[in-house]
Amino acid sequence: MNRRNFLATALAAGSAMLTPESSAGEMSHFEPPTAAREADAVQTMTFALTINGAEHQLPETPVNTTLLDCLRDSLHLTGTKKGCGLGQCGACTVLVDGRRVKSCLCLAVMQQGKQITTIEGLGRPEGLGTPEELHPLQAAFIEHDAFQCGYCTSGQIMSGVACIHEGHAGSDDEVREWMSGNLCRCGAYTNIVAAVREVARRSASA
Amino acid sequence: MIPFSYSKPQSLSQAVASHAGHGSDRGSWAADYFAGGTDMMQLMHDRVRNPERIIDITALPGLDRIQVDEQSMHLGALVRMSDAACHPHVVKNYRVVAEALLASASPQVRNLATLGGNLLQRTRCGYFRDAVLPCNKRLPGSGCPAVGGQNAGLAILGTSEHCIATYAGDFANALLVVDAKLHIAGAAGTRTIPVSDLHRRPGQTPHLETQLHPGELIVAIEFPATTGGWRSHYLKVRERTSFAFALASVAVALDLAADGTVQDARIAVGGVATTPWRLPLVEQALRGRKLDAELCRKAASLAATGAVPQTQNAFKVPLLQRVVARGLEETGGLA
Repeated sequence: MNRRNFLATALAAGSAMLTPESSAGEMSHFEPPTAAREADAVQTMTFALTINGAEHQLPETPVNTTLLDCLRDSLHLTGTKKGCGLGQCGACTVLVDGRRVKSCLCLAVMQQGKQITTIEGLGRPEGLGTPEELHPLQAAFIEHDAFQCGYCTSGQIMSGVACIHEGHAGSDDEVREWMSGNLCRCGAYTNIVAAVREVARRSASA
Repeated sequence: MIPFSYSKPQSLSQAVASHAGHGSDRGSWAADYFAGGTDMMQLMHDRVRNPERIIDITALPGLDRIQVDEQSMHLGALVRMSDAACHPHVVKNYRVVAEALLASASPQVRNLATLGGNLLQRTRCGYFRDAVLPCNKRLPGSGCPAVGGQNAGLAILGTSEHCIATYAGDFANALLVVDAKLHIAGAAGTRTIPVSDLHRRPGQTPHLETQLHPGELIVAIEFPATTGGWRSHYLKVRERTSFAFALASVAVALDLAADGTVQDARIAVGGVATTPWRLPLVEQALRGRKLDAELCRKAASLAATGAVPQTQNAFKVPLLQRVVARGLEETGGLA
């Protein structure tokens, strides 16, 4: 049992104890109906994912692994952040076949054959973004001071790149609407909008 | 994440057979079809759904197609919300549908979520989503703490003493006013139903949310061709401007004569009812009369007829009336 599983189990047990009405009958909601469930529980698959142009062969991977956990825990691409894990905060935004998605809502096993782009792949074409070779939006985030703690930043930038590419960055209001899937609890929104708008203007005039 | 097994059938018959092997008698552990996964991942994360098996239907042939001809438009159930929302034929002829889709979720979610899955999204009621609390919808017979509890976001129309959970979607409300039909496939073959027949009111059996039989799936949505005088619009009011579920929303389709007389009207509301909800009394009050601000207000005053407010959501009665009035005015070009 790793730390995460331990925490999940402890939290589930804790919240059960906090519910005075719960009886053994109600808690059976959590129990698998048959022993066969255990056999299902360990289903793993080997497969390959194409990330930032490179093919990554994964070892036996549980089929219930999210794309986000696969990126971070199996492939150590930790630029993609885990915020809520429920599709609400946008910190885990990546591009799949050029479209922005929340990687916490995707199963890794379903991404075979697709082109996945993460923050690590944004800078140089070979996917080795360095401080010297930033994507224009990465540079604009620095220039506009578009973050404080930085936790949401890679998701904001991935979402912003797609927002500009989609043509949804024509006004501040449009950026706010089309960036609404990315939350920033530091409240750097004003500068995020400015950074996205500036890169959109520059790419439109280029 | 809960454990499950995974399969990716290559045909409809394989998918249906795969579901039948992980039967409907298993409650929340029955197999689940899985496509965009945006709601399923949350439900599994929170242990609300605990499927033994996930059946990935994204390889089923033809279900991601958009087909347009003179009589109708078919949107496959696997079409992504974002693709439907910006399809030129949808934007031009079914404005209410495009607007409802764009008022839903966030860009990242719309890029994943499919139309079929959107129709089948589960309620956002906090008691349903918290697997350790009683909920008649999740665990039949366990009770409804929302009655007398945290019910500010819950329904005022179509409720029963057993369940007051709101139907959270937008797309289905828009489908009601364009008279869409659903093509459904299952072990017994295929059938077509009006979209109005899909969702069931809670009554005594809130755990039965739709008319789909176990193992059936939506394969396409059929839209009749639109004709000249019809115009349509979706208005959604929420606690913040974007990325939130509706407090109250209205889908409006009006067939207006050149002088502004309402020849026909179809109105549906969201965020206030247990299912996508037509307003026949409002429609009747509009028909045959000339659309002006006064008529919009008078007709909209009937919007909450039959409402049963709970301890915290009585504000939805006047809110609904105002949203309907505003939606009518905007559709008619009066606001």
